[in-house]
Amino acid sequence: MNEAQKADPGLYDFAPYRDRSKIVWPGDKKVAIWVAPNLEYYEIDPPTNPHRKSWTKPHPDVAGYAHRDHSNRVSHWRMADAMSKYGFPGSVSLSVALCQHHPEVVKDANERGWEFFSHGIYNTRYTYGMDEAQERAIIEDSIRTVRDATGQTIRGWLAPALTHTPRTLDLIAEYGLDYTCDLYHDDQPQPVKVQSGKLISIPYSLEVNDHYGFFVYNMSPREYADTLLRQYERLAEEGEMSGTVMCIPLHAYLIGQPHRIGPFAEVLRHIAEDGRAWIARAGEIADHYYEHHYAEAVHGA
Amino acid sequence: MALDPAYLEYPRRREGYDHDLYPWSSIFARKPVAWPDGKSVAVWLCVSLEWFPMTPSDTPFRAPGHMQTSYPDYRHYTAREYGTRVGFYRLLDAFRKVGVKASIAANGAIADRYPQVIADIVADGHEIIAHSTDMNGTIGSTLPEDDERALIAQSLASIEAVSGKRPAGWLSIARSESWNTPRLLKEAGMRYACDWANDELPWRFANGLVNLPLNHELSDRQIITVQQQSADSYAQQMIDAFDWLAKEAGSHGGRILPLHITPYIMALPYRIGAFEGLLKTLAARPQTWFATGEEIVNSWEGQQ
Repeated sequence: MNEAQKADPGLYDFAPYRDRSKIVWPGDKKVAIWVAPNLEYYEIDPPTNPHRKSWTKPHPDVAGYAHRDHSNRVSHWRMADAMSKYGFPGSVSLSVALCQHHPEVVKDANERGWEFFSHGIYNTRYTYGMDEAQERAIIEDSIRTVRDATGQTIRGWLAPALTHTPRTLDLIAEYGLDYTCDLYHDDQPQPVKVQSGKLISIPYSLEVNDHYGFFVYNMSPREYADTLLRQYERLAEEGEMSGTVMCIPLHAYLIGQPHRIGPFAEVLRHIAEDGRAWIARAGEIADHYYEHHYAEAVHGA
Repeated sequence: MALDPAYLEYPRRREGYDHDLYPWSSIFARKPVAWPDGKSVAVWLCVSLEWFPMTPSDTPFRAPGHMQTSYPDYRHYTAREYGTRVGFYRLLDAFRKVGVKASIAANGAIADRYPQVIADIVADGHEIIAHSTDMNGTIGSTLPEDDERALIAQSLASIEAVSGKRPAGWLSIARSESWNTPRLLKEAGMRYACDWANDELPWRFANGLVNLPLNHELSDRQIITVQQQSADSYAQQMIDAFDWLAKEAGSHGGRILPLHITPYIMALPYRIGAFEGLLKTLAARPQTWFATGEEIVNSWEGQQ
């Protein structure tokens, strides 16, 4: 890669929001909404990646580790029950080693009919610095591990701790994955340029991610709930003309805390009752887009 | 360029944790807990009472709330002292007003320097939890084991000398432990510690020490100092938490709402009213059992 290629690696074509042909979601819904729980495992004593530090304190970082462990002992079920109550399946961003460490959590998600995509092996093992063989190894490990644990074949990727290499997107497309959650350039699915096969980006979200809500923007639980409702209201309104996607990315150890889960459950109730939302899994959104809109987006109408 | 091949090896990828400190379980799969008198939510008031030397030692790290300016940092030293001289007495009065007992997580230095404060805590029937020596007494894996053992012993000795009772519970500064801490606390005869906020009920380390989780997400430090929310918002969040836990307790057994309070944060004149209002609201809830850490551990242990 030369410097010009590095400055713009050519991930996608520029396509302004105005004058796009409209996406019509199944049932004539205006906004496709998907919930993305991150089911993660953070190691207590991970090896060091030369390009990124994991814990801020010498191991064990008790406060950090225990906070994340709360997901797998308490808050996963709290979050999942609220989702199930209002009819929201999860599309899981999975640290695939969770299949070994806490199979009970993965089984619970699978039994609720949730979809799994890979979020790497652990959220404490970063892709930075891997060569191609190493990156292939974690993709193959992900496919194999999730298949063995759940019977599902992963269709998407969210890089572990959002760490990529310039070859990640080409590789996941080569392995037949359908979507990436790592690109934040749009409110609709978009084709991604890859060397072989096909790939689309599905809008995930950093901005309304619970981690950003609580630890970047320092919102109270009720402010975060209000943020989700505003995001939903706007995307549902615009979706009348364009067809939009809204993602709610979650971490049980954040949203499943006792002071946060109540206001959040109210958001789910509101969206479920509103009627304009197609409540879907990431793979269903990808299927609809590939079937009806991908060719036009790539080749023109 | 490639990473060291060991970076793609996972020797602790196995069922259960990647450590042997404690076993896994889901709170929703355990035998439900019942609190005394048919109450369903134990409200645990835990106040950190701290003395910050004006000379931070940073071994192994600087405690949250510690000195920030060049020496002498009169600003932060005295603002923390305000909490102990003034704010803490507002809290004691607030507890009296609703007739509740709290756990006071006190540095040993509070006993050494201000025995009157310890006497006032004891007179009101509150529990004292050992909370290190002073705010230079942080713990982490770079602290030599002998130093950590001495720190624990000194903290306990200071409190016992003045209060007449050896604390049953331990809270580390910033909930930070070394690999050795659960073993050293057990060796020192502690019954429980509060550092691991990974659960909402007590659980046991492999060595038998009980962990009573003191949720940092619900602390005044996190909500008011770190996230910069108001005291009114804090109080609302605690009531929302209580109401959710009370509902959950209906189908899954007793729950705990830990309120972790810092005198120099919550007991300022413009915030204390919101906190008093919160106590009054919680006291009026029929599900509330105000309990100290030790009372919660006693009740829980009796049901295991």
